[in-house]
Amino acid sequence: MTAQRIVVFVAMVLAAFVIGFASYAVPRWRGGPSTHAVAAARPTPPPQPGRKIKARLFYINDDGTRLTTLEREVPYAETAVDQAREIVAAQIFPVAEPLVSAIPPGTTLRALFLTDRGDAFVDLSKDIVDAHPGGSINELLTIYTIVNALTANMPAIHSVQVLVNGKEVETIAGHVDVRRPLEKNLALVQ
Amino acid sequence: MNFRSLSLFSAAVSLAVVVALAQETLSQSAQPTPTAPGAPPGLTLLSRDGRRPLPIVMVSDQEFIGLDDLAAAFQLAIHEESGAITVSYKGKTIILTPEQTLASVAGRLISLPAPPTRSGRRWLVPVEFIARALAPIYDVRLELRKPAHLVIVGDLRVPRLTVKYEPAGAAARLTIDAMPRATGTVSQDGDRLTVKFDADALDVPGQLLPAQPAQSIVQAVRVTDATTVTVDLGPRFAGFKAASQPVDPVMRLVIDFVAQPTETTPTQPPAAQPPPAPPELPPAFAPPSSPIRTITIDPGHGGDDAGAKGANGTKEKDVALSVGHRVKAVIEARLGVRVLLTRDDDRSVPLDERTAIANNNKADLFISLHANASMRRSTTGASIICASFDAPSETAGAAHAGERLPTFGGGLRDIELVPWDLAQTRHLDQSVAFATILAESFKGHIPLGAHPVDRAPMRILEPANMPAVLVEMGFLTNADQEKLLAGDAFQNTLVQAVYDSVVRFRDVLAAGGTR
Repeated sequence: MTAQRIVVFVAMVLAAFVIGFASYAVPRWRGGPSTHAVAAARPTPPPQPGRKIKARLFYINDDGTRLTTLEREVPYAETAVDQAREIVAAQIFPVAEPLVSAIPPGTTLRALFLTDRGDAFVDLSKDIVDAHPGGSINELLTIYTIVNALTANMPAIHSVQVLVNGKEVETIAGHVDVRRPLEKNLALVQ
Repeated sequence: MNFRSLSLFSAAVSLAVVVALAQETLSQSAQPTPTAPGAPPGLTLLSRDGRRPLPIVMVSDQEFIGLDDLAAAFQLAIHEESGAITVSYKGKTIILTPEQTLASVAGRLISLPAPPTRSGRRWLVPVEFIARALAPIYDVRLELRKPAHLVIVGDLRVPRLTVKYEPAGAAARLTIDAMPRATGTVSQDGDRLTVKFDADALDVPGQLLPAQPAQSIVQAVRVTDATTVTVDLGPRFAGFKAASQPVDPVMRLVIDFVAQPTETTPTQPPAAQPPPAPPELPPAFAPPSSPIRTITIDPGHGGDDAGAKGANGTKEKDVALSVGHRVKAVIEARLGVRVLLTRDDDRSVPLDERTAIANNNKADLFISLHANASMRRSTTGASIICASFDAPSETAGAAHAGERLPTFGGGLRDIELVPWDLAQTRHLDQSVAFATILAESFKGHIPLGAHPVDRAPMRILEPANMPAVLVEMGFLTNADQEKLLAGDAFQNTLVQAVYDSVVRFRDVLAAGGTR
């Protein structure tokens, strides 16, 4: 009698968990199918055990003036802020040809904060400034790679501000205003 | 012998003190300028509370100041014991020794140009004591400007003014440099101009301008209050135009004057605006009816910031400056339009300052010149970028435009309030129109990129209170384009296209288009 009750209780807990995950995580992380997914040479981040979600990441297109999307798996995280960190970590991870990232090599994620208003603050290492080759189009693609990676994959994030070494900056290469959170810009996506 | 020489010395010092005190009494409210030949001018203490004189005593051609005067002015405690003089301020001490030029300031040794000197019951110290001994222990900034006999207490902005006047026939130019930088606002009041400086006080030499002949357009330049300089105008004055531009490390205010054509009409009231320009006048007097009278060209980057770099070493900052100089020369020569450069040499200028030059000089057009870079070496072509704002900003800009606010005399008045960073929102249509004209002018002459007219949240364009674009002339990361961009032929072609675009845009504006 007691053992039967325990089995029923465990079954209910499992069912609740499955339903909860289906109603929360699936719509949340479900991205539309990528129209310009690059098939070859997918990046190979360090293997992560456990669950994955599909996320749209952004790389420089063939003519160098817009972003193109690539759908790939990113480790699932329990909280929004952890999930945002996973997405940024995957986005800034170095990639091999023919993919070209707009994030300067060596850039690391120092911290990430979310506000209740849906602003994300992404604190990156100073490599994003020091290793940046300049050019307004490059700078624009660098910034919107980060902004779009978060806003396109996480509906809870409305806008993104890039910080450098924990501090607010005017620009990262002299052109694009990053003194305030920027919204998603799909006009820059091919 | 010793007693006798000491007596003589004391008498000399006493006489100097008496002379100094008499001089100080006579010139209580005077500017810190010499008042009587041979007598030392006193120091003037400038603080938030106003001006205060500090008398100086000359000893062996050295300017000294009484410790008792300093104690009263700076709340110091003076204590003399076993041959040492201790000056204390909020627990910190300066220890002076008679006949010693070295002094201890909060435990650190400093040197003075002369040792402390006794004068009767007073101790005198060289005026350098203020900068070298007192400033390090004082809790607000103290700055001694010895040539001007000024002591600035606290973070006051006290620019030193230098004036240059260059008459040239029917025109004349008055240049006022302010260092550190302070902006002067010029307004006309009958037969004089007043220049009000954004400062707490002015540091002026004894005479700003030597006496001028009676026929001179500018008769005199004088300080009329703590922050105002007045320019007295002669009867030939007909009009003026003023512009400010930072010239490292000073802010340069240039006032260009025009004279009346003949000297037979001295009773005619001076015109508020310059008359139509005779051909020999400088470009600052372009026809007032033209919708474009001033253009600001911004050569991107500069100084430590080289911008993008090509594989062969071409730097964005150099290409931008070279093209900027050419654009200025061509437009000024052919259109008679005043062209201001945000930098005219290889130096770093903050982004806000660049746009401020355009805004403060009421430029009608702002063009920022850049060269692009891409992670892909194959990327080529020019593009013209206009500002973009996320949606709330655009609406905020619209909401701020044209508020009705109460006025001093009662009632309401329409006041245009636009936040600095949103100034461009009102000009976006015209900016896009000019960008489109530029792209059309480039076609067939300058290789265009995949997106010839683009929009982006460009830091330098957002505060521009006039049509404003950023021109990316080509990609330095592409080997062929790097060669092109560095060459005279390409730069001249680009300058011609910019010139053509300005003419077309001017004509469109004159015809009432784009709004």
